[in-house]
This record gives sequence, C-alpha cells and structure tokens, in this order.
Amino acid sequence: MKSYLYYPGCSLKGMGGPYEQSLFSTFRKLDLKLTEIPDWNCCGATAYLSVNGNMAIALAARNLAIAEKDGGRDIVAPCSGCFLSLNKAKASLKEYPELRAKVVDALGRANLQYAGTSKVRHPLEVLMNDVGPEALKKLVTKPLKDLRVVPYYGCAILRPYEVLGDSHTPTVLEELIRITGATPVDYPYKGRCCGGMLTSGVQAVGLRLAEILLEAAKKTEADVIVTTCPLCHYNLECYQDHLRKSTGKDLDIPVMYFTQMLGLAMGLGEREVGVDRLLRRPMTVGVTA
Amino acid sequence: MNVSRTVKYEEELDADFANEIAAMPGGEKIWDCIQCGTCSAICPVSVYMDKTPRRIIGMIRAGFKDEVLSSVSPWICTSCYSCTVECPADIKITDIMYSIKRMAMEQKTYRRFVIPDIEDEFVKMVWKNGRLSEAKMGMKVARKSGLRNLISMVPLAWKLSRRNRLKLFHTERMANPEQLRIVLNAMQEHPPELHVKKPGVVPTHHHEAVTT
Repeated sequence: MKSYLYYPGCSLKGMGGPYEQSLFSTFRKLDLKLTEIPDWNCCGATAYLSVNGNMAIALAARNLAIAEKDGGRDIVAPCSGCFLSLNKAKASLKEYPELRAKVVDALGRANLQYAGTSKVRHPLEVLMNDVGPEALKKLVTKPLKDLRVVPYYGCAILRPYEVLGDSHTPTVLEELIRITGATPVDYPYKGRCCGGMLTSGVQAVGLRLAEILLEAAKKTEADVIVTTCPLCHYNLECYQDHLRKSTGKDLDIPVMYFTQMLGLAMGLGEREVGVDRLLRRPMTVGVTA
Repeated sequence: MNVSRTVKYEEELDADFANEIAAMPGGEKIWDCIQCGTCSAICPVSVYMDKTPRRIIGMIRAGFKDEVLSSVSPWICTSCYSCTVECPADIKITDIMYSIKRMAMEQKTYRRFVIPDIEDEFVKMVWKNGRLSEAKMGMKVARKSGLRNLISMVPLAWKLSRRNRLKLFHTERMANPEQLRIVLNAMQEHPPELHVKKPGVVPTHHHEAVTT
C-alpha cells in the first residue's frame, strides 16, 4: 500500500466536497492511503500574494514544514490553486535565500523546520505515474462506453510549473478518459482560464470567460466536462442558469471531477463518488447502471 | 476652451520605478522585454484591462509609476500564468502583476473596488481562523458588490447547501490558529515586500519619455 500526506485546502472541505469524497473512495479502491496533514492552514491562494508577498510564502511554507516532520511522504494537493501555492512557495524559497532565511526563522519560532524536501503533487499525476495506466485499466469494471468527455485542465496544474509536460499540449487527462472507456473530445480551450476569482469579483469579466469555455464545450456535443480543480468546477458548473438568462444561450452541461469519472468506471456507486451532489448529473447513470 | 496635457515630461517620471520592480521576485528580467506583445495577445482578460500587460511593462520601464500603480489591470489578472509561460524573454509577468498590486496596496494608490477589498478580507480571515470559510467569504463578497448581487446568489446558495457543499453557518478553522499567528507575526517584523537586491543603476538609454 502506497501512502501519501493529504493537503485538502479550504475548498475540499466546502464547495469541493464531492471532489474529496471521490478522491477518498477511488484512492481506497486503489489501495492508496491518504493522511491529512495535522492542523494545516490556508495555502494563501492568489489573494494573500496580492497583499503581502513574504507572508504569503511563509503561510504556504508552514504546511510544507509540518509535512517534513512526517518524514518523506509526498503531499497530495488536489486543489489546483493549493497545488500551485505550495509549489510556488517551495520554488521561491529555493530561488531567494534572503527570503528563505526569514521564513526559516519565522517557522523556527513555532518549532518548525524547513528544508524544502517534501514533494507537492496533484492526484491526476499520482494516478497516472504511481499507479500507472495498465494497473488502472485492470480495475475498470464498468467502462463508461459511449460517454463523450471534455478534458479540461484549467491553469494551475499546467502553468507555470509544467509537471504534466508541455503546458500547450497536455494529454494525461485524455489518457485517463480513455482508460475509463469514455471518449475524450478535441477541446481547444483545455488550458484556458475559467475566470478564476473574477466570477466573484468582476462578474462581467469572469462569467464571460466561463461562457467561452461552456460554449466551446457545447459545440463538441460532449456529455460532460471533466475538471481537476474545485474553482474551475464551481465556475463552470454553478453559473449555467445565470448565463442562460443573461446570454440566451443553452450552456447546460454536466461538470464532474476526474476522480468521480474514474470511480464510476471502477464500479463505485454514484453516492460513493458524490455524483448525487452535483447540480447536473452526468449521463453516466444510464451507462453504468 | 480648456487645454491640458496628459503626456508627462521626462522629469515628472520616476526613473527608479523599474528598478524597484526589478528588485522584487519575478521582475529581474524586466529590462529584457522587447515589447513584442505576446503577453497581451495570450492574456484571456487583456481586452478588459485599462492597460495591456505589454503596455504595463513598457510604462514601468519608462517610469510611469502613478499610472501603473493606479491601473486596474493587475487586479483583473486572474493569475493564469499564460503570459509567464509564453514570454520569449522569460519575464515572469504574472509575478510583476503581483508586485504592482502589493506596491499599490502598500502605498494605498490602488483603485478602490471590490477585488482589493476581497483580498483584504481574505487576509483578515486567514489571520483569525487560519483557513477560509467559503460561505462567509461569499457573503462578504456579495454584500460588497451590492444588494441585487446578494439576492441573485440566493438560489445558487440554496442548491449548494442542500447538497452539503455550502455550509452556511460553519466556520472552517484550525484547531490552533495561534500556531500560525506566531509565524505570521514573526514575518511582520520584516518589510512586507521582498527586495532581492539593492536597486541598481538604470541603463540611460531607457530614459526617453514615452507617451502613454
């Protein structure tokens, strides 16, 4: 059994609940263990970095320091925003020794040490690299035949740290979709911004970005969009009613997490992967029943 | 008829501004910009900005400090890092946008609107609880963007809370936020902005006044 540290971040404890639920159930099925980092704190997201740069890095680094105490297990950060913040802190502390000295001193006062040894990973990459396509394929008992899926990566797991390969042409999500028996559609906007925080801040701009993505997804005649991030999920799923009213376009399409898709294909029930908590149920109902 | 001037004379510019930006993380290569405009082209929100990313970089180098620090552009930036990945001169434009935001916050020259306010609230919530409560944050945001907005969010909030995705009266907090505050307080002893190197000398040929 392979074991990881788990950094949930605030979203997976709230809006991203179905993501956490499906992550837990699929990892359990795959015999992967997740241990939550004790008393973790907010990663800082984009907001803290806009207010105080040094403190934002220290904030994220506290989680890394706690993880280091554990002794070498990799950190799994399912929220793309957290994944980026934690990796950014790590990269900044490596690049700027002056900053590192300050952060190490500050962490020391809370009896924490930072050496920069822990690795922060996204579960999509963990599934494809640690478990591997062959092992995953063997566990697919209810292939999602006839399901056409939009592979949507969003920004933060692609850029600026190109952990999934070249950020222009990622293919791992498509590969995972094929493993589940479904068909990935060709989607030109797979790494384009979903609107990020702007859907709350400047709605006219944020919702325009979500609209562009949804319209392109509808054109592919896919059944569902698959996402890897709770904020992308929220922006694409939750404003469809609003957009229908404001634009007059039919932009209705189910949006689910890649972990939910994989879980269903591995024979987990809809309730086990939290599909019943989505605003619009994907068409897997008929396929997997 | 009122005749006025919007173009600055050279002596009205801040010649050291580019060095200040260059001294912050990500700004190191700002003098390598060739003004190709790739950043503005790839940016998904440049069409909504008052100054495009290319222009922001050009204006920083020319010394238009007040104009850049009061621009709405960095606050519209969604931090998608497309520009950073595409820039042929390896300039970390996203990080420069962050630097501008922090300087504007510090000097209180930013445009007052909902985004800087949200980020302030975010920071306060982290200091208090160590984590973010999405429902409480959402309520603050909606209130700041007007009563109509708050009301328009009610049906969605209801649907999400019925699916146990929005915990309306729940506060997400650490068991011991004091542990985090020890770290943050220690960081507060340092200036909020990291200067990675001392401001150097500006290459003189970059000094011509530029019209905006």
